[in-house]
Amino acid sequence: MQGVSILEIDNLTVGYRGAEGWRDAVRDVTLRVAPGERLGVVGESGSGKSTLALATLRFLGAGGAIRAGTVRLRGVDLATLSPGALRAIWARDVRLVPQNPLAALNPSLRIGDQVAEAILQGAARTITPTEARRQALDLLRLVRLADPERVAGGYPHELSGGMQQRALIAMALHGDPALLILDEPTTSLDVTTEAAILTLLADLTNKSGERATLFISHNLGIVARMCDRVAVLYAGELVETGPTAALFATPLHPYTVGLIDSLPRPGMRHTLRPLRPIPGAIPRLDDLPRGCVFHPRCPLALDRCRTERPPLEAPTPDRQVRCFRWREVERGALASAEETGAILLSELSPSAVEPVLSLSGVEKLFPLRRGLGDRLARRPPRAVRAVDGVDLRLGRGRTLGVVGESGSGKTTLARCVVGLEERTRGEINLVDVPLAPGLEQRAPAVLRRIQMVFQNPQEALNPYLTIGEALRRPLMRLGRLTRAEADRRVARLLDAVKLDPGYAARYPAQLSGGERQRVAIARAFAAEPDLVLLDESVSALDVSVQAAVLNLLSELRRRNGTTYLFITHDLGVVSYLADDVAVIYLGQVLEEGPVEAVLQPPLHPYTEALLSALPTLPPDPPRTPIALEGDIPAPTAIPSGCRFHTRCHRFLGPICAQEEPPWRDAGNGHRIRCHIPLEELSGLQGSDVGF
Amino acid sequence: MALETVERGIGDGALTGGAPGAWQRALRAIWGRPTSAIGAAIVLLFVALALFGPLIAPYRATDQLPGARWLPPSREHFFGTDRLGRDVFSRVVLGTRDIFALAGAGTLVAVALGTGIGLVTAYRGGWVEELTFRSFDGLLAIPALLLALMLLGTVGPSRQSVLLVIVLVYTPIVARVVRSVVLAIKPRGFIEAARMRGETLGYILGREILPSVLPALTVEAALRFSYAIFLVASLGFLGVGVQPPAPDWGLMVLEARNDVALAPWSLYFPAGSIALLVVGVNLLADGLRRALQHGGG
Repeated sequence: MQGVSILEIDNLTVGYRGAEGWRDAVRDVTLRVAPGERLGVVGESGSGKSTLALATLRFLGAGGAIRAGTVRLRGVDLATLSPGALRAIWARDVRLVPQNPLAALNPSLRIGDQVAEAILQGAARTITPTEARRQALDLLRLVRLADPERVAGGYPHELSGGMQQRALIAMALHGDPALLILDEPTTSLDVTTEAAILTLLADLTNKSGERATLFISHNLGIVARMCDRVAVLYAGELVETGPTAALFATPLHPYTVGLIDSLPRPGMRHTLRPLRPIPGAIPRLDDLPRGCVFHPRCPLALDRCRTERPPLEAPTPDRQVRCFRWREVERGALASAEETGAILLSELSPSAVEPVLSLSGVEKLFPLRRGLGDRLARRPPRAVRAVDGVDLRLGRGRTLGVVGESGSGKTTLARCVVGLEERTRGEINLVDVPLAPGLEQRAPAVLRRIQMVFQNPQEALNPYLTIGEALRRPLMRLGRLTRAEADRRVARLLDAVKLDPGYAARYPAQLSGGERQRVAIARAFAAEPDLVLLDESVSALDVSVQAAVLNLLSELRRRNGTTYLFITHDLGVVSYLADDVAVIYLGQVLEEGPVEAVLQPPLHPYTEALLSALPTLPPDPPRTPIALEGDIPAPTAIPSGCRFHTRCHRFLGPICAQEEPPWRDAGNGHRIRCHIPLEELSGLQGSDVGF
Repeated sequence: MALETVERGIGDGALTGGAPGAWQRALRAIWGRPTSAIGAAIVLLFVALALFGPLIAPYRATDQLPGARWLPPSREHFFGTDRLGRDVFSRVVLGTRDIFALAGAGTLVAVALGTGIGLVTAYRGGWVEELTFRSFDGLLAIPALLLALMLLGTVGPSRQSVLLVIVLVYTPIVARVVRSVVLAIKPRGFIEAARMRGETLGYILGREILPSVLPALTVEAALRFSYAIFLVASLGFLGVGVQPPAPDWGLMVLEARNDVALAPWSLYFPAGSIALLVVGVNLLADGLRRALQHGGG
């Protein structure tokens, strides 16, 4: 380790005062960040990474306190500082870019004034407000905002999420801070926006040789792209640190191995090899295990691990690990089993199967309220075109992944299929039965055949009903079982989603997020539906839990022959689970076909951008994200011609803005809606862009 | 997409709150907070008086003791006697039942009606909801007491009229509280899941939504009850509520107000009872609010 560190954290323990005494969210953590170094702190929710960031600033809210250890910034112990001196450090030396940009900006001040205010506060010498304003504009330019003058004069709510985050980054950069803390800076953003912000951050943190960066994230791929060194946090403890490449190539802690194995990687298919999730869930702070905190979930746990806390060992000078058995892990005790080679499910060719679901010309318009002024001026009624003419066919037993960013209309499309939203136009057929637009007009027999799993497991279950009641109800209503029969089936349902039958008596509040999502899945499967819609059903889950749920979905599908419509923004998950893909943008499908064809060139330029934005883990080669222009346009003002032309990096010319692009057939059901001929697209896109 | 940065296990009570044992926890929280416990004790005391009043009161409410006008508090008459020689202590004790019956029944009916209207209209939405709540807004723009006086002017003063007034004044307020909870619950996954299995309106409202409404409703009912007590007493004092010779606290204050120099006790004890009960119910309501709506403290 270098002699001089910007940030030195020694044996830090941070706790929150609760009703039953202190709960330590971070325990005995020691870290160094050298000048110019970018340290990534990785952990799932509950790992204490945000607490660590706040403690680094000594900015813990009421009830939080540093219970032991020290935080030194450029050698100055933060604990010894007076409130005034601490504020001076905040203004000059440390900056935080938070996760939720809208919450971090003052809604009643113009962006330019907020940035100027930060500059005035942090300036080493006295400067005039005019000078601060000029510097603010320079900073807004530095973070590559397209029109800095306009942004400076605007209020936060007038900016998109990506622009807000850029403004916050600008605010964090003034006066050359010694330490930059980035706390999940892109988590609330869309994939393409995230890619653009990460590119910006990579450039900004690289440029200055002095500045240290602490990058906090739950996303391994992002940390791998952005950081020189990585620290892995689990349940408040540091379990492993090391240089990025070495840590991902040969992880030494079983938890790190588990995290890496939980991620769907390029070329992985659920039919070839299941993901290897970490069993169980992260412990609660008031119920921490004895010995090694990870032992209840560790496949290598020994008796010793249950009673004795392993020391932090240093296998090489630049790596540390807290595990008794790291040597075995290094030798590959946890190496993934060889791919079985056998295909677990015979993959059917798309033409061979009858369609379970077919959509033709489905549209959903949300009319906008017309004010009195609009009526008087006889302006025509306007509407949000959330879904704008979608045709899809979904074969029995197959999984269709519908991929899009927020605002693409993918969720509205799913809600039209299940009937939660009434479509404005178009036909939807379930096998050969036409589906009525609204739920209330559909027969119970039809309701039974389509079910949905929602995104947010917190809201999917009624907090006042036991798990047993939640599962019994669909069995009785849709499965036409008596109460006694339904009660017997509940145990089998729980077993099918790998939960103990005893869970029937529990309430949702007593379950972890992953367990709740399992219950929600069990509820959807209760009445043996033909088609299950999954609306971002794994994206709110931690990676280790997400992998287990993906495996479960794969297994349920194999066992029941269920057809899935999988709505997601995550192409990694799609490539792992889906057979077919439809890429949707502003309510329209831009590319569709079998997954292995869609994710390889020729690609629609939008798909190409989405793929390039996917972070990779070493040893997979890193990608260069394609920075798309601006943000997704509002669905009230859909661009003419090709609706993607305003952001397209392969924009041809006026034709794109004037004419709707034709469907181009790439064979085998793979179609692309683009003016560029397919051979040309393939030529433009190298062979390394696929997933 | 949005991943929680809030660490699990810290301050998640308010979000996950509700489910099992929440009511037992709430009760414990109320007894654990001195102010709430005092409120609960006051309310319990008055409940006991209302239940066992005739056993406690030494005289009947209308007993006029010969030659006993304006007697100061003493061993025979704890709260003294009034201008007609009636025992103030007995009248205060016996009046408890009256005020509990009127304010309590009025509150109950208002809560039941308001809950029903709030649940159905807010869940259904559309122009019915719009119309209902806009007219409620109009009704609530008139001060409660003024509205009561107008109504009593038309239907004439009686117990039934007072009851009607309480129901009319408080139903819209309760409906509004219920509506706000329903609107928050309606878009949740579990309601949509219920709709997707074709549940009836009754099941969705009663089984899926009502439990989430109950904490807010309990608090609101307690608050409404305290205001109802106040309203009944005010109407009595204005002479348009319960009519003499009933031992109504407000009426007692009205009758004693000219004798305040001679016999202040005949004024202060009924007035004090009103104040004490209202404060007690309010403290209890506040305790309930803290216990039920903020994750059990």
